[in-house]
Amino acid sequence: MLSVDTLSKTYPGEAGPTAVLKGVSFGLDDGDTMALQGESGSGKSTLLHLIGGLDRADSGRIVIGEDEVTALDDRGRARLRRDSVGIVFQQFNLIPSLTVADNLAFQARLAGRRDTDWDARLTERLGLADHGKKYPEQLSGGQQQRVAIGRALAAKPRLVLADEPTGNLDEDTGERVLDLMLDLVRETGATLLMVTHSAQLAARMNRRLYLERGALSG
Amino acid sequence: MMQAGLHALLSHWWRRPFQLVTLLLGLATATALWSGVQAINTEARASYDRAAQALGAESRDRIVARDGAAINQDDFVALRRAGWLVTPVVDGRVQTENGSIRLLGVDPFTLPGGSLPGDLADTALDLSFLTPPGQVVVSPATADRLAGTDLPPIVRVEGVAPAMGYADIGIAQDLLGLRGQLSYLLVLDDQPLTRPSLDTIAPDLRVREGQGQADLARLTDSFHLNLTAFGLLSFAVGLFIVRGAVGLAFEQRRPVFRTLRALGLSTRALLGLLMAELLVFAVVAGALGIALGYLIATLLLPDVAATLRGLYGASVEGELSIAPVWWLTGLGISVLGTAIAAGSSLWQVARLPLLAPAQPRAWAMARERSMRWQAVAALALAVLAALTGWLGSGLVAGFAMLGALLIAAALALPLILHGALRLGGRMARGPVREWFWADTRQQLPGLSLALMALLLALATNIGVGTMVSSFRLTFTGWLDQRLASELYVTAEDEAQAGDLRAFLEERSRAVLPIFSAEGEIGGLPTEIYGVADHPTYRDNWPILSAQPDVWDRVAEGDGVLINEQLSYRDDLSPGDAIIVSGWQTEVAGIYSDYGNPLAQVLVGMDALDRFEDVRRTEFGVRIDPSETGALTDALIDTFGLSPDAIVDQARLKQMSLSVFERTFAVTGALNVLTLAVAGFAILTSLMTLATMRLPQLAPVWALGLTRGRLARLEMWRALLLAGLTMLLALPVGLLLAWVLLAVINVEAFGWRLPMHLFPGQWVLLMGLSLLAALLASLWPARRIARTPPADMLKVFANER
Ligand SMILES: Nc1ncnc2c1ncn2[C@@H]1O[C@H](COP(=O)(O)OP(=O)(O)OP(=O)(O)O)[C@@H](O)[C@H]1O
Ligand SMILES: [Mg+2]
Repeated sequence: MLSVDTLSKTYPGEAGPTAVLKGVSFGLDDGDTMALQGESGSGKSTLLHLIGGLDRADSGRIVIGEDEVTALDDRGRARLRRDSVGIVFQQFNLIPSLTVADNLAFQARLAGRRDTDWDARLTERLGLADHGKKYPEQLSGGQQQRVAIGRALAAKPRLVLADEPTGNLDEDTGERVLDLMLDLVRETGATLLMVTHSAQLAARMNRRLYLERGALSG
Repeated sequence: MMQAGLHALLSHWWRRPFQLVTLLLGLATATALWSGVQAINTEARASYDRAAQALGAESRDRIVARDGAAINQDDFVALRRAGWLVTPVVDGRVQTENGSIRLLGVDPFTLPGGSLPGDLADTALDLSFLTPPGQVVVSPATADRLAGTDLPPIVRVEGVAPAMGYADIGIAQDLLGLRGQLSYLLVLDDQPLTRPSLDTIAPDLRVREGQGQADLARLTDSFHLNLTAFGLLSFAVGLFIVRGAVGLAFEQRRPVFRTLRALGLSTRALLGLLMAELLVFAVVAGALGIALGYLIATLLLPDVAATLRGLYGASVEGELSIAPVWWLTGLGISVLGTAIAAGSSLWQVARLPLLAPAQPRAWAMARERSMRWQAVAALALAVLAALTGWLGSGLVAGFAMLGALLIAAALALPLILHGALRLGGRMARGPVREWFWADTRQQLPGLSLALMALLLALATNIGVGTMVSSFRLTFTGWLDQRLASELYVTAEDEAQAGDLRAFLEERSRAVLPIFSAEGEIGGLPTEIYGVADHPTYRDNWPILSAQPDVWDRVAEGDGVLINEQLSYRDDLSPGDAIIVSGWQTEVAGIYSDYGNPLAQVLVGMDALDRFEDVRRTEFGVRIDPSETGALTDALIDTFGLSPDAIVDQARLKQMSLSVFERTFAVTGALNVLTLAVAGFAILTSLMTLATMRLPQLAPVWALGLTRGRLARLEMWRALLLAGLTMLLALPVGLLLAWVLLAVINVEAFGWRLPMHLFPGQWVLLMGLSLLAALLASLWPARRIARTPPADMLKVFANER
């Protein structure tokens, strides 16, 4: 359902342009869960951004389902983000001016796929039932990440991209949040691509990818 | 330590040059608008003070013979010897083969500079003016007419009235056959404190008091009040920008302040450094502002000059001189403005605790507290304004009310907008719209200063615009009523008046004598006018309130009409008793009398005989409007009347209309300027907000909105806020207009103007404010549209 083909990305830097991704290719099937690992600066986040249509690749192809991401213009990529992908970043995922409940439902409503029963179940499972009327700044870091996960899943996207979603949380909390996330992803049948530094977490995915200075290894 | 501290403080500005520019520009525009308006006012006043001293206007006291005959030149010499500062004038007609002119003989040695009309005041009168054959100074048109006559050499000077000539007194005496005789003596301004009385030197002479054109001067005062109010409010608008910039700079430097304090700098030293910094800014921006103000004044002065020339018939020179006082007051106002704008920030620094937890939530809570405080303050000020309006009296109370009202409105603005946005959010459908309203509400604290500035600018616009337009409508309507006769003619003396009346009666539908005398009511001088019993008055006179059959009673000497000023001054209503110069009678009615500072009483023609020194020289003439030109020419040819003695109603009306057109031009220019300043305030706020905007926008963008859409929403947001502010500015502006018309004007001038509404102006203003908001949001929106995705993504990365 996802195929990435000889993907390259170069950033202009002060000391000349640096190639961050150097011809990365791989594919994912429906329902796959994949851990993306690698050293800091190896290009994991960049790869995720390109797949999610958040930035443009220099060359190569990305296809999600029928959508050729690399051929889309600005509006097309915005539509892709809205309709097909759920993204969870490490932090500051939430819209500060909206309540927790509104944040949670935001993307699903944008995509026109709101399912209130599913919303309620997500809220319940994520332990956010008492926080619906609060604003993001009134939540703890772990609670904020749970809202972000809920929001990514509320629209039941085909592909979930997560960039160290528990990187800012302590180990115990991170573990529990991740358990929850894996459960919920399986429930929706979505494909998951997640960046993580933790080998323990990676072990619980059905596939692993290792990025080394912009190229896949192992 | 101090030096290091200063360096740490100043480095902030080098890293944020935009903030520095904003601060300086805000302060400079505030100073510029204020000092520009002040410059215009001072210059205009000075100009028509000069004009008021001109010979033609009968504003000065004159010494004349008791019997109305000529004055012996020896009396003049005796008076000068005794210390009286007087200057001699002969006034007469000279017949030539090409028609007559009115010749004024003047004494250049005793005549104060600037007393002569037009360019003559600036023309150096040299020896050939003084010594035979002398010169006659006339306007270019008159010079053409007089070419080839046997008058002394003709000198053409712009600005001299038509059919008027000026010559040295000796030359004029010869031409008029008045050797050794004078028509009158002008009493100059600065008389010595002790001098013998006129009776002991020349018992045959008396002082005739100048009539002045004080009534029209009062009108211009109204205009100046208008301008001053504008200048003050523009200044306030500019201060909002300064307040915003200073507040932000202090907020951002909080950690630096803390570090400096922790390193051992005393609070006092820190405050000293900050004040020194602000003082430097104030002086630099003040100097810039004065230069800008000078520019504004030179650009506007031609219009103002034209306005006042039309109003006053006097010249305001289109040139501006910069006095040192101007520089000093300009700098003073800049420093004062900075102090006002920075006061609360400095206060906060003084009370800054050394260790403060940086809690965003605590900050938000403080903001909520300040909102509540603002609401209380706004309410208190509104109550204060209402109380001053209700209980207070006097001009100061009027202005206090105005100030309280405006500040209350400004303070209430964020609260009202907050409520409106919440309501809008409730009614919004769809996630993007809901977010739009919620996000707009979140931007409010950062924008509220700029929006307050916009509110003030718009309210001032509406207020002053309504005032000027109401004034115009009322005044022209009033002129229509009051100047019902087509022509007004004043004879030179009573002998001529008799001939004039006979002449006019043959050539018109009616001749209405307008005879007058000076009297007193309650010890204060009062003008008394006698009016004929004629439909012209019955149908047209602008009566405000009256007893039934008021005109019958006035005609029968059974009551008098008084002007509005007098009714306010002495608290008189129809039916009240009144004593006019010893005559006990009754107030039969009250009429409006705009522009006149004096009390005035209208009595029947017969009743006028009770009073002393009645002037029986003026007539209103009812004729077909198309015949006024011919009759005017005939009057000038037959009686040699000066053109000043004949007032054509249509011309007067047209003149006052053109005055208002120009007033509009000036008001319009100031309108645009203040709006531009408010627009700039919005721009700077949006720019400073833009740096904090990214974390708020990035999540929405990541969830599937394009940057272009976000940019468009940003512009809609500015439009929405400007539109809402305009809606609120409307009632505030109308209230402002009401205070100006019904409170301040009555206090200042004694008459009340009815208020008219001009919805067309509001629509235009709404358009202008939306345009200002659109322009202000254009650049910030463009920046959003062009933000590289990588910058958006940095929001979510570890390293932020
Ligand atoms: N906007 C940018 N401009 C220039 N260089 C960039 C930009 N974004 C990322 N880089 C560089 O690209 C390389 C890859 O960055 P990326 O964020 O993808 O790494 P990462 O594998 O996610 O690292 P981490 O584990 O620390 O998150 C790094 O060297 C980084 O410095
Ligand atoms: Mg990363």
